Amino acid sequence: MMDSVPRIEDPALLRGQGRFLDDIQLPDMLHVAFVRSPHAHAVIRGIDKQAALEVPGVHTVLTLADLSEVLTGERLPLGFGKAAGLPADITPFVLCKDEVCFVGEAVAAVLADDRYIAEDGAGLVVVDYDPLPAAVDCRDAMADDAPVARQANTTNLLATFDVGYGDCSDAFHRADHVIAVALKHHRGGAHPIEGRGAVAQPSPIEDRLTLWTSTQMAHEVRALVVKMLGCDEAQLRVVAPDVGGGFGAKFLTYPEEIVVAAAARMLARPVKWVEDRREHFLSAIQNRDQYWNLEIAVDHRARILGVRGEMIHDQGAYTPQGLNLPQNSALSVTGPYVVPSYQLNVSVVETNKVYTIPVRGAGYPEAAFAMERLLDKVARELGLDRAEVRRRNLITADQMPYELHLKARSGSPMLYDSGDFLECQAQALAAADYDSFPTRQDAARADGRYIGIGIANGVKGTGRGPFESAIVRIGRSGQVFVHTAAMPMGQGIATALAQICGESLGIDAAAVRVIAGDTDAISMGLGGFASRQTVTAGSAVHLAAEAVRDQAIDIAAMLLKTTPDTIVLKDGRAWDRDRPEQTLTLGELAEAVAGVPGYSLISHTTTSDAKPGLEATRIFMPESLAYCNGCHVAEVAVDIDTGAVTLLRYVVVNDSGRLINPMIANGQLQGGVVHGIGNALFEKMAFDKNGQPVTTTFAEYLLPTATEVIDCEIINMQSPSTLNPLGVKGIGEAGCVPAAAAIASAVEDALTPFAVRIDEIPITPERLVEHIHTQSSTSR
Amino acid sequence: MTDKKQIKLTVNGVAYQREVETRWTLADFLRIDLGLTGTHLGCEHGVCGACTILLNGHTARSCLLLAVQADGQSVATVEGLADDDADLHPLQQAFIDHHGLQCGFCTPGILMTLVEYMADTPEPDEAAIRDVLSGHLCRCTGYQGIVAAAMAAATELKRIAAHDG
Ligand code: FES
Ligand code: FES
Repeated sequence: MMDSVPRIEDPALLRGQGRFLDDIQLPDMLHVAFVRSPHAHAVIRGIDKQAALEVPGVHTVLTLADLSEVLTGERLPLGFGKAAGLPADITPFVLCKDEVCFVGEAVAAVLADDRYIAEDGAGLVVVDYDPLPAAVDCRDAMADDAPVARQANTTNLLATFDVGYGDCSDAFHRADHVIAVALKHHRGGAHPIEGRGAVAQPSPIEDRLTLWTSTQMAHEVRALVVKMLGCDEAQLRVVAPDVGGGFGAKFLTYPEEIVVAAAARMLARPVKWVEDRREHFLSAIQNRDQYWNLEIAVDHRARILGVRGEMIHDQGAYTPQGLNLPQNSALSVTGPYVVPSYQLNVSVVETNKVYTIPVRGAGYPEAAFAMERLLDKVARELGLDRAEVRRRNLITADQMPYELHLKARSGSPMLYDSGDFLECQAQALAAADYDSFPTRQDAARADGRYIGIGIANGVKGTGRGPFESAIVRIGRSGQVFVHTAAMPMGQGIATALAQICGESLGIDAAAVRVIAGDTDAISMGLGGFASRQTVTAGSAVHLAAEAVRDQAIDIAAMLLKTTPDTIVLKDGRAWDRDRPEQTLTLGELAEAVAGVPGYSLISHTTTSDAKPGLEATRIFMPESLAYCNGCHVAEVAVDIDTGAVTLLRYVVVNDSGRLINPMIANGQLQGGVVHGIGNALFEKMAFDKNGQPVTTTFAEYLLPTATEVIDCEIINMQSPSTLNPLGVKGIGEAGCVPAAAAIASAVEDALTPFAVRIDEIPITPERLVEHIHTQSSTSR
Repeated sequence: MTDKKQIKLTVNGVAYQREVETRWTLADFLRIDLGLTGTHLGCEHGVCGACTILLNGHTARSCLLLAVQADGQSVATVEGLADDDADLHPLQQAFIDHHGLQCGFCTPGILMTLVEYMADTPEPDEAAIRDVLSGHLCRCTGYQGIVAAAMAAATELKRIAAHDG
């Protein structure tokens, strides 16, 4: 049943009939352009709107003070409301009040007849700034005399916390070898090709606002906007239209969304804001910098005894959503390895840069990079093969289920329920011809070419709870519906849910209509993040569809005067197996239990235990995260004159449990790997020493294109998860977790003759050439 | 202060006459004035390729053109690719078969580039396809499905041409 069926999303998208946020045009609509701060840090002395207001077509200019009449507060509530121990007043303002804390922070909104005029107006709003010194590098920002990122602060150290277990000091005491690394891990922005945007339309008939927004979490946006507007849930409908990618950037309620909703309510007119790419560079979340100092204790056989160290995380100017990003990193360092003791101290530091929340991978790629760099160094220093060092330390299949000595942020224990990490690595090495690589490498070197092979393992916690819900419903028209709060944003989740529903009801995926991203369609849910939707929403749909199947079979049995065990659902009908001429369509079954006023539900039967309607709502609550795992092997060539890195081969062996649609699953892996390639080699969000972003176009900030990447050779292992009825594990982020680590390992291997060490990503050609030169000159 | 001008053009074979503001981009004109929202804007600075259309049969970035520059010209957009509601263009079908799209935001521009390219190059190899795709950014797919779809479409288009010829 489960199979690579074509995606139900595709035909409309291919015809140009998708409905993305910017495609929404409403009569009488005003368009917003934001006035954004040109300074990383400054006091606002005054805002003069006059010149802007004189532009024909400019309707109004709104500041925080202007919006205060329709808002319940000045700053956004902390997302998800739970982050114990954090100071108050750390979230972004709806619009700046008297201080700007990063370049691009929104100060005022100009509303005009079209975006061109709004931008004219925005250019004419005069903001009187008094610049302040900025905290830019998070390490410097920790110094006692560093400038504070926000004037209300006495320190930039937002939080410190420790993660760990076991007796590290004993482990390091007993160790035969202690090996240390100092790493910088940079990840830039999310950069979905469709940026952010929102349209709000007050109903002319009801006291109700509809907010369309390009988001990964319609229900959470509704909750926050309801809070900010002081209205109730019936007064606000939030809808995500087709979403052109998220990758983390849309997993947040942004100040701009509040402004759009508040302005529409205040002005009683539709209001639209669609960002341009520069705004995305300046004001959409980033993932950015982590600095790691780690050391590992191993015995003489390279078996890990302990890992310890510290990490500094660049948080940016505000904290909209707690500390989940650095927490994830800290919790995932040990990855697929047996690590008897572990201690990490994390410092979260505010800087005058846009705030950070997780981008695809969510802290795991950083942790994998740190751990894998350590293991490569262990191999080098002990004179062992890199794969062998990993083999000696991977958790074995007979240790499954494997409980880590750590707790997830939900408080539940971290547990790997299934998987065979050793087999996964073995398959990857075999597929990549790892054993024969030294011969190939020697031959290439004899030829003056520098090629290298790299290996990295990773795990990713997926299917994050606490729950997801689904409604499966068969209309009297015979149409089968799935209603879900899961959020399609390109992953093909609508197809996967349709397949799951169709499997239970005996119909094709194409016959199922999936209604997602609409708070009117289902009352609650969490949306798209943490590679969770096939696990959580998929399981909820499965449970609901199974319940509807049972209802349909019961009703069919009553109507066909037989017993349920002879009824099968197939091709949109209920069939009596013993009398194949006796069939009823799903629509007829729904009609039969729709009810006729005054009559019993199924009037011509004597049984009365039929229930109204063909519909079921189910909630799936995972006990804990379902961890997927993978091993990546990358082969690269490095041009020692230009520093250019060329990918020669890329092998992925991934285990995301049972696959609903292997075609879609492989697409997720390839996309994730290429995101990791971007992080490893290209993507760099750069700031000057004053906190001024210097990469604000796609010509300066490089995403991988078709010529820099290659086809991954993908092998799927499918160890079913024991934690959900489908046996699935997430996959959306799996590809990007070990990718940068594998590439770093390969580049280092290629440059062995120059003893180049990769301790930072992205690995830029400039730095490589510099390393090669330094090493060649010192070794001479 | 707005400056307007009459333009005449054909889009997907349909003739239009409209008054446009001289500073409006062709992309905004197509999307807002004509309601052809299949052409997407991913960067508005000429790098991502999402806004690619055909101007007199040649690819152009509609975010970098003014609507007035299309006066007297013929424009083709993704909406015109399929002959009718029932059939898809072979390239569109290949994108379904080979998982050439995820979110679909970059897709219309990529389709337009490939349509032009395949008209000129009936037997492309993979390297050439990657080269022509390098003017487009896709954050979702990692390009694998797009390249596979393009290769398959080239074969299919060649088969059709042989059949018709
Ligand atoms: S929108 Fe035109 S190239 Fe990106
Ligand atoms: S399919 Fe989403 S950007 Fe290409």
